[in-house]
Amino acid sequence: MSASVETIRELAQQEYKWGFVTKIDEDRVPKGLNEAIVRLISERKGEPEWMLDWRLKALRHWMSVEREQGEPEWANVKYGPIDYQDIVYYSAPKQRPVVDSLDAIDPEILRTYEKLGIPLEEQKRLAGVAVDAVFDSVSVATTFKGKLAEMGVIFCSFSDAVKNHPDLVKKYLGTVVPHTDNFFAALNAAVFTDGSFVYVPKGVRCPMELSTYFRINAAETGQFERTLIVADEGAYVSYLEGCTAPIRDENQLHAAVVELVALDNATIKYSTVQNWYPGDKEGRGGIYNFVTKRGKCLGVNSKISWTQVETGSAITWKYPGCILQGDNSVGEFYSVALTNNRQQADTGTKMIHIGKNTRSTIVSKGISAGYGQNTYRGQVKIMKGATGARNYTQCDSLLIGDRCGAHTFPYIDVRNSTARMEHEASTSKIGENQLFYLRQRGLKTEDAVSMIVNGFCKTVFRELPMEFAVEAQKLLGVSLEGSVG
Amino acid sequence: MSLLEIKNLHASVDGHEILKGVDLTMNPGEVHSIMGPNGSGKSTLAAVLARRESFEVTAGEALYDGKDLLAMKPEDAACEGVFLAFQYPVEIPGIGNAYFLRSAMNAIRKYRGQDELDAMDFLPLFREKVKLLEMDGALMNRSLNEGFSGGEKKRNEILQMAMLQPKLAILDETDSGLDIDALRIVAQGVNALRSPERSFLVITHYQRLLNYITPHFVHVLVDGKIVRSGGPELALELEEKGYGWAEPDQVPA
Repeated sequence: MSASVETIRELAQQEYKWGFVTKIDEDRVPKGLNEAIVRLISERKGEPEWMLDWRLKALRHWMSVEREQGEPEWANVKYGPIDYQDIVYYSAPKQRPVVDSLDAIDPEILRTYEKLGIPLEEQKRLAGVAVDAVFDSVSVATTFKGKLAEMGVIFCSFSDAVKNHPDLVKKYLGTVVPHTDNFFAALNAAVFTDGSFVYVPKGVRCPMELSTYFRINAAETGQFERTLIVADEGAYVSYLEGCTAPIRDENQLHAAVVELVALDNATIKYSTVQNWYPGDKEGRGGIYNFVTKRGKCLGVNSKISWTQVETGSAITWKYPGCILQGDNSVGEFYSVALTNNRQQADTGTKMIHIGKNTRSTIVSKGISAGYGQNTYRGQVKIMKGATGARNYTQCDSLLIGDRCGAHTFPYIDVRNSTARMEHEASTSKIGENQLFYLRQRGLKTEDAVSMIVNGFCKTVFRELPMEFAVEAQKLLGVSLEGSVG
Repeated sequence: MSLLEIKNLHASVDGHEILKGVDLTMNPGEVHSIMGPNGSGKSTLAAVLARRESFEVTAGEALYDGKDLLAMKPEDAACEGVFLAFQYPVEIPGIGNAYFLRSAMNAIRKYRGQDELDAMDFLPLFREKVKLLEMDGALMNRSLNEGFSGGEKKRNEILQMAMLQPKLAILDETDSGLDIDALRIVAQGVNALRSPERSFLVITHYQRLLNYITPHFVHVLVDGKIVRSGGPELALELEEKGYGWAEPDQVPA
């Protein structure tokens, strides 16, 4: 084996830097999943009756699916059975009841976010980003609430939204991802604990980036957050999410749901940098990231754009998609997914064209290193009435080393003859000749690999907000360490 | 002291011995040309000197500037001033030419304990060299070698050489695939860099390039060994009589 392959391998074996555990007192419900647990969660959160009913309906559906069909098995990932009765579905830091200022938050939690580079004190935040911090099952702080409220923008934890904006929640909850959508969406609907809620009123351009930072801390718990973002007519919002978790030997389940709704002429830009603990080199531990994300372009000329950088998790299973219902609406999906060591990812998107002259763009960049397995799965569906629909798909895979895999499953379903579809795909390998060329010019192997990978991902990174793009590039470098071999 | 001293160099690729005992000494400021038929080991010699790891050195030594060249990694050799102009320059999508070149220059400067160049220091220098090689400035905003014609890639190699200012420049068939104009421009770029400190090893099939870049010495490589050495006139003789003539032991078929 050539030495450059060795270096790639070494590069892929870097340590996970966010793997520490915060010591705090937890308030958790017993393990297991049944009606009593769901009632307990709802009670802990002080929810109204309608919310509890909604959960219970989802739970019943989930239980019947679990009994009759079990988990979906079509994804190109392998893992042992999950014991859903062996998971804690609610864990919250014990704290003084109402959090109106940061003083009420356990200083240990503040220190945790500080360590992660997410200071919650508003004056320390980089200008232009408001943060909602979700720690295990609950939201612990939301910054810049007041400033946003002046413009009518609601940015709060999901729990607060249920209490303070029940009409909006009732109107949109489950309209994009109903509890019957899939196994994990049903599970989430029954036990979701917190998440973020955003409403941007008519004609308002949200003045800052909104961001949620998710942290799993407690052992044996799952994280089931739910995010709902509504952009009213002519509104604009850009939202970012980031996530990390401690190093643990066991696998932890993360089954989130994100729903986006864009009304006439509204735009939502949703960016994710997913860095859950990926497990160790041998594939022990790590997060199962089973997530349902979907946006609905309900209004005319609306636009929803997903950008994701997926470097963490033992297994990633997610397909952020767009339902293009309004005429002339636009859906976009830009993705970088990296699997190293024993990581597996089955990710992609769904673009459902319903309205006339709807357009969608898909750019997917999959990088596999170590023993990583990376699957792109995408569906583009042009419905009968979607006259003049257009889709452009570009799907590229990059292999580093000779033990990893890249797989592609595109589904294209066209029911209107005026549709225009383009699909481009490529698979390449970081070649010895590319590495040698860069090294001959003086670059170290790690820098050479990092340069090639960043070049490969450039079209996606360009879509990220500046601050995140820099972060993403660094993260990619770190996640690749030990991959050159 | 000589800049490069190669003694009895043997090298293999995939278990096949290609270089079978090469001896070569180059002094600072000298231009040496290596000529030879296809498959004689010219490009292998270039790759071994640039420390390509898929080429295995099985015997011999190479001292570069008094240091053991064969113990160096490719990037260390590069930082010590060894430059290879590739016969087939690679394409790297998504990485701009200028960005790449500045990264390379800074990697080398860092190795030498010099301050890194910022964009303001870099750009005027870069523009000057782009002009010297009569290159299209718009090309430089594109990804490294992507969508470049064969001739543009070769000129880009010389541009990089002009920026990196090596002590030992190895040109691996830089003339192949170039039309007369491109050949003149490339030669002009090389000649502008000739200096009493800098040495060139020019690998070529044809005497043609040597009309533009006059070497001090010409060596003929046949079957992994240098079989004949001489002055520039040797190239002309080869052009006339062919490589079979250069190797006395070989009986033409």
